[in-house]
Parts: sequence; structure tokens; C-alpha cells
Amino acid sequence: MRLEKKITIICGHYGCGKTNLSINLAMDHAREGKQTALVDLDLVNPYFRSSDYREEMEKNGITVITPVYAGTTLDIPAIPPQVDAVLDGSCGDVIFDVGGDDAGATVLGRLADRIRTMDYEMIYVINRFRTLTSEPEQAVGLLREIETASHLRASALVNNSHLKDQTSPEDILGALEFAHSTAQLLGLPLRCTTAPVSVAEALRDKVENLYPVSIYVRSPWEMENK
Amino acid sequence: MPEKVLMKGNEALAEAAIQAGCRLFFGYPITPQTEVAAYMSKRMPKVGGTYLQAESEVAAINMVLGASAAGARAMTSSSSPGISLKSEGISYIAGSDLPALIINVQRGGPGLGGIQPSQADYWQATRATGHGDFQILVFAPSTVQEMVDLVSDAFDLGDKYRMPAMILADGMLGQMMEPVVLPDHSGKELPEKPWAASGRRGRGTHNIINSLYLTPQELERLTRERFARYDKIKATEQRAEEYLTEDADVVVVAYGASSRIARSAVNMAREKGIRAGLIRPITVWPYPTNAIERAIPTAKAFLCVEMSMGQMVDDVRLTVNGRKPVHFYGRTGGIIPTPAEVLDQIEKIVGGAE
Repeated sequence: MRLEKKITIICGHYGCGKTNLSINLAMDHAREGKQTALVDLDLVNPYFRSSDYREEMEKNGITVITPVYAGTTLDIPAIPPQVDAVLDGSCGDVIFDVGGDDAGATVLGRLADRIRTMDYEMIYVINRFRTLTSEPEQAVGLLREIETASHLRASALVNNSHLKDQTSPEDILGALEFAHSTAQLLGLPLRCTTAPVSVAEALRDKVENLYPVSIYVRSPWEMENK
Repeated sequence: MPEKVLMKGNEALAEAAIQAGCRLFFGYPITPQTEVAAYMSKRMPKVGGTYLQAESEVAAINMVLGASAAGARAMTSSSSPGISLKSEGISYIAGSDLPALIINVQRGGPGLGGIQPSQADYWQATRATGHGDFQILVFAPSTVQEMVDLVSDAFDLGDKYRMPAMILADGMLGQMMEPVVLPDHSGKELPEKPWAASGRRGRGTHNIINSLYLTPQELERLTRERFARYDKIKATEQRAEEYLTEDADVVVVAYGASSRIARSAVNMAREKGIRAGLIRPITVWPYPTNAIERAIPTAKAFLCVEMSMGQMVDDVRLTVNGRKPVHFYGRTGGIIPTPAEVLDQIEKIVGGAE
């Protein structure tokens, strides 16, 4: 998958894998030599957020914009002022990693009027293995809540169905029907299906628009084992 | 829904409670456990249960007391500062011989502390969850699957022994996502509670739920009865996982998120030819003294690893009782130790022992 617009908004159920997908998109875009920025717009979740992977992204030339108090113990829902700069286009192509659910997407509402005048798309990330959104109807229901909260409409889907490090090729194949049904119910294109690099080879020719992703988001005890 | 699903620890705790037959949740939001309440608010109405956001933690725990007194399976959840607020109510529940499930998704303290993971409420959970002579059952899961499994055990054992039970988790476990298989408890009957204050139902006497006893002899008798029950629990309900301990020179003792760091460190040590092992308490009250005892004859030293300044290490030292050296390594304030830091400690101990 490649970025197609100046602004790409990544939203979805919390835990569906938005952050890992956002980092992959940013890394791939930067590797193509394009000026890239990633905004951690998650103001509701204090853990496992893209700010935590700032160093690795900055090494790759990505501008990482995080909430002022991200990673500290202050729980302050404030939009970082640098967001203005990225919306002016001065940081290149931008990925917004939005917080989970409607609660996390509420912050987008504050920026929606501005974003709507720009070249943007909003990607809804789905994962069949996440509880409460494992049926197409549930996934549709959650997107409606996110759209109401964010004042923006999704334009495409990414099927990011996975079970963390236990993801098998069969799991990914088994989630395709869910992804297609959800896309059909929403009347939106399914942009791609992701697979961890380790299982992507087994899925070549079996999955349309396969996007192999590296795993950046890990638990602390996995960091030094891999 | 697929058989295996991806759940956040906090959601898993909530869903497991619903699966275990809990239909009453009283709570108040606090990071990093808020998803328990958020999940309950969505799910409880769909299963005919009640999610009630109380006006405070104090109110929530007293609602649990009332519901439990009436014979219902009830629970609350919070994080460290909120548990302190609940402590009065927990003491009343224990003093009334009532079961209840209390979840603590620990964060840094003291005071408001921080919102990152911590294990600094161990003393509170195992020594003084409130005033008075009492204990509560305390379970320390280390994976999201174990969170699911221990919730129903905590409810069942709380009912069996008529006492509060706590799931002592931490922000890391609450916030992390792992694949889980939800148990099928359908068809399982909840136990009869003939002591519940739920109407006379033809009995000659009222059931009275109370924790006020003004006659010292009566209060002593009741407290001794309770402690006889605690002795039985200590003898029968200890749980721990022993990993590579049989030939271990250095036995690491760690629970919850720390135990996963410790396990990585033990594996790294083994790769370097160091005989390290891990004891992972699953119950921290009753403390798994039997597992520690089993390791004492072969271990050269113990190393307790915690996300605190050293609290569980007291229980390790009480059990080892001077027979072997007991070392401690901890990080606090919301910082998680790294496997490399723990390995470094193991290497120091081995180096020092040679």
C-alpha cells in the first residue's frame, strides 16, 4: 500500500493495529525519498502509541509530532501546536495516527473543517480478531460512531486482521470474507490486506493487494529477544 | 466471532467477569483501567446486567458490598489511588464475610503517582487492603489469557471462602493486546448463598450482614474463625509456575508483567550457560511458599524482580528465612525493567557466588 494523498488519516477500533500500520506507511513512504510526517493524535491511550517509536522513525527522516506530554505521566488531552505546521503542508505528506474508537476520533472533529478543504483520505482499519468488531455489522457500526465523532467520512478500508505474533496464514485467509463483507456493506474500497512479513510469503498469489508489514509495536519483554 | 480473539487486558478482565456470571459492575474511571469500565458499559446492557458509574470509588465499593450482601456476583475495578479510596469498603466486605471481585490495574504511586505500569501496591494487596485483621485472595496474572482464566477462579474461590478476591494486574497487562480464548461457562450454576440478605424465604430468622461487633469476645471469636479459614487457604490454594527451577543456581522470583521480563532474562542466561530459573507466583496471597521451598535446596541464590522498590521480596525472605541469599532488583515510578538489566543482575550474582 502507498500513500495517495497529502493527508492520510488512520482510524479504527483501538487495538486493531493502527499504530503499527501507520509506522509501516511512514517508513515505506520515507524510504521512497519523500518528505514524511507522522502525527500521533492519540490523546486517549497512554500506552503502545506511535510516540514510543519516535527514535526509529526520526532515524529514517520522518518528522514525528506527538502530544506535548506523550510518554510522561500527564494525561492532558491537548493537540500539539505543530499540527498547524503539518496542515500548512510544510512537513510533506502526513499520516495521522488517530486514537481508538469514537473517543479517540473526537479530537479529529476539532481539525475536520480544515482537513476537509485539503487533499486527504481517511482509512478505516479493521481486524476480524478484535472483540466487539469481529462481525461486519459491528465493524460498520463502529465506523459510524467514529465518523460522527470526527466529522469526517472514511474513504477506504485496510484489512489488518491479525493475532499478534500468533498470526498464521490461515488466520489471514480466514478473515478475507469478513473484510470483503465489511467493505461491501460500507460501499468502500478495500485498499489492502496486511500480513506480517514472516507470513506474507505464504500468502503471495492468494491474497489480493497484500501489504507485508514489519512489526514495530512489541511488548517490552520481546524487545531484546528478537 | 472467531474462537481466538485479540483482546486488551482490561477488556479481557471485563468479558471474563461477564462469562463468569457477573451481572453487576460498579466503578469509576481511572487510567490505566478505564477500558474495564468502558467495556462493561457497552456489554452489560446487552446481557441483562447493570453497569453503574458511581459518583466515587467509595460509593462503588459500597454498592458492591450491598449487591454481594444480597447474594449477587458483583465486582468493581480501579487503579492504585482508586483502590486506596476503596480500602474502607474492602475492609467492611471482609468484616462481613462477603465475596466480591476487586481489580487493581496498578499504576505508579504514591499519591496520584503516574499512569504508567507499576507493582507498588503489593504490600497494600497482601498486607493491608484496609484496616483490621484480615486477608483477601490475591491473584497475579501475567498474560491476557491468564487474566481471563483467573477472573472466574477469583469469583468462585471468593464465594467458596466468603471473602473478597483481587486481581492484581498492572498498567502493562491492562493495556496490552494478546490473543485469548474465552471460556465457555454456559450451563454452570452459581453457588447457592443461603446466608444472603435476600428475603426470609420461609426461614424463621433474618440473615443479617454486619461488620460491627461491640463485644470483644465475639469479635475475637469471629476473627479467629476467619483466620482458621485463611490457614486452610494457605494449605490448599497456593499457585505458582516453576520454570527451569530444578537445576537452577539463580532462581528469579517475579509476578505479573515483571515475570515476563524475568522469563526473557532467564532464557538469555540459559543461552549463556548460566543455570537460571523462574518462580512465578500466580497467587500472591496465599503466597506460594511451597514453590519457594522446593527451590531452596538446589538454589544458590534468589533474585526477586519487581516494578517497585521491593515489596514481594519480603515474602521471599520470610519463606527462605536466611537459608540462602535473597537479592532484589526493581524499577519504579512507571519504569519497566528490561531483560538485559535483569540478566545483568543474574550475572552479577553468579559471578559473586563463584
